[in-house]
Amino acid sequence: MVRLSDDERAMLDGRDGAAVARAMDLLVRYAEALGAEGFVYTNNVAGVPGSSPQWVKDYYAADGGDYRAVFSRFDLDSDDVVDVPVIQGFACHLQGGMDPDQWREMGMSEAANANFRSDEAEVAAHGVQVLKTCTPYLAGNVPVMGEHCAWMESSAVVFANSVIGARTNCEGRESTSAAMLAKRIPNWGFHRPEGRRGHHSIRVDVPVDSIFEWGMLGYYTGWAVEDAIPVLEGRVAAPSLIKHKHFGAAAASSGGVEMYHMVGITPEAPTAEAAFGGARRGERFAYGAAERRRVYERLNSIGDSRDVDYVMLGCPHASIDQIAEIAALLEGRRVHENSALWVFTSRAVKATAMASGHVARIEAAGARVMTDTCSAISQAVPPGTRVAAFDSAKQAHYLPAMMGIEGWFGTTAECVDAACTGTWAGRLA
Amino acid sequence: MATVDIRPPDIVLRGRRVVGGVAEGEALVTRQTISGWGGINAMTGTVIENHHELKDISFAGKILVFPGAKGSSGWSGAFHTTRLTGKAPLGMLYTVTTTKAALGAVVMRVPTLTDFDRNPIDLIATGDRVRIDADAGEVLIWKADTK
Repeated sequence: MVRLSDDERAMLDGRDGAAVARAMDLLVRYAEALGAEGFVYTNNVAGVPGSSPQWVKDYYAADGGDYRAVFSRFDLDSDDVVDVPVIQGFACHLQGGMDPDQWREMGMSEAANANFRSDEAEVAAHGVQVLKTCTPYLAGNVPVMGEHCAWMESSAVVFANSVIGARTNCEGRESTSAAMLAKRIPNWGFHRPEGRRGHHSIRVDVPVDSIFEWGMLGYYTGWAVEDAIPVLEGRVAAPSLIKHKHFGAAAASSGGVEMYHMVGITPEAPTAEAAFGGARRGERFAYGAAERRRVYERLNSIGDSRDVDYVMLGCPHASIDQIAEIAALLEGRRVHENSALWVFTSRAVKATAMASGHVARIEAAGARVMTDTCSAISQAVPPGTRVAAFDSAKQAHYLPAMMGIEGWFGTTAECVDAACTGTWAGRLA
Repeated sequence: MATVDIRPPDIVLRGRRVVGGVAEGEALVTRQTISGWGGINAMTGTVIENHHELKDISFAGKILVFPGAKGSSGWSGAFHTTRLTGKAPLGMLYTVTTTKAALGAVVMRVPTLTDFDRNPIDLIATGDRVRIDADAGEVLIWKADTK
């Protein structure tokens, strides 16, 4: 049974207007579905409020077919259409459907772009910060340890919980849109100390130090523990933000990992005992040479032709140091005439990359730096793409299945080489 | 239908209500967790994930029996979209509660149960007839292979 505070009861009863009441109604149904007993207050919400392709608006044509209709019917799962007020708290919009400038190159139509611009104007007018990225923590929304958040985007959620020590479940579109209005989210799972304790151990027996190795270990981790909380110990070394970014994104894709502990590395795991909240429990996995090879082979099992016509980097969205690395790798080279290289990032990071000269260097090599989205989110690849290559286990996991193409997974340098030669030559060292 | 209904169920399970209501239909069972966004095609109601045991199989109009959700936070949005396209499952039985599956069930508005007294994945096979009475917390199962 969900217990409501007086304030929450008043919101549900309409004190703050119909939209807040519908938001509370959805959150109560959601809390009941989870078996949660109440809510936590949150003032840090990341979602995709009200953004929708045109066909969804058309679906709600009888309700006006506009942002208001979509937000009411879809986001709030409301039985009626209500006015959507300006959001009072801190909320940001995650990734969207296309690059705001290079949408034609992505194959988007004028009409789709007009819809995209209209949604963005609505999002901004409703007081939501337009970050347009899967990495809000690189673009202006960095929560602090212990802060209750309501975030979508599995790779951002696992980063917030594991690397920062913020507290968020892997929320969905509807729960985040409701939380933007009600500033509440069910007090369940990662919001509670007992929900953050490790379930299983993974002993790392081979050196894992580069972003490539961290990504493969992440993919293995999701396989091994599915949606449980792993505690990793052993030969994990040289942690950095981008390595955590790739590890977490991979683990969230192959399994459903929303939080991990690395003993001596992540903030809630000074010791194994602290990570487990007591005695070690659960299953014990080991990541050795055989497991490493199996991950590599699985991620490369959907590649047959080595003629790479598309290389996608920036999943999750590239950080400024990754863009600098890509620019350096492209120095003095050209993207092959039979291939294309698209690098995805946030608008904030791209602005920095432009100021730093990286974007000009990347474009001079015939590659593109795009923002807001990625090939998986936008389902956009260069025309005629049959074989793609990625340095992200997450993207290698998703994009080939979504687009019906072949895919290769390797290091960033191997990917840049493939873009410049048109040929995949990656191998497991 | 009537011939099925007069036969007592082979198995009765009890669980906790996730979303209320009653649904009856044919079961589609998997031992693998399902990705929503990126794992299903909401236009066709089929699983698209490479290597998944339900790849290319549709859950539209079925009672989906599965361990739970994995992957992208777009799970609820993807399954919610199947409600718009008419490709939603008729009901769901899952064994592991996640925010993705719970929210997805809520916004699909299909009768859903979890936290069972026995594991439905062990007891239900694809093709069995299943009736979910989520308000009563009850699952009635008619095995397809015991005519």
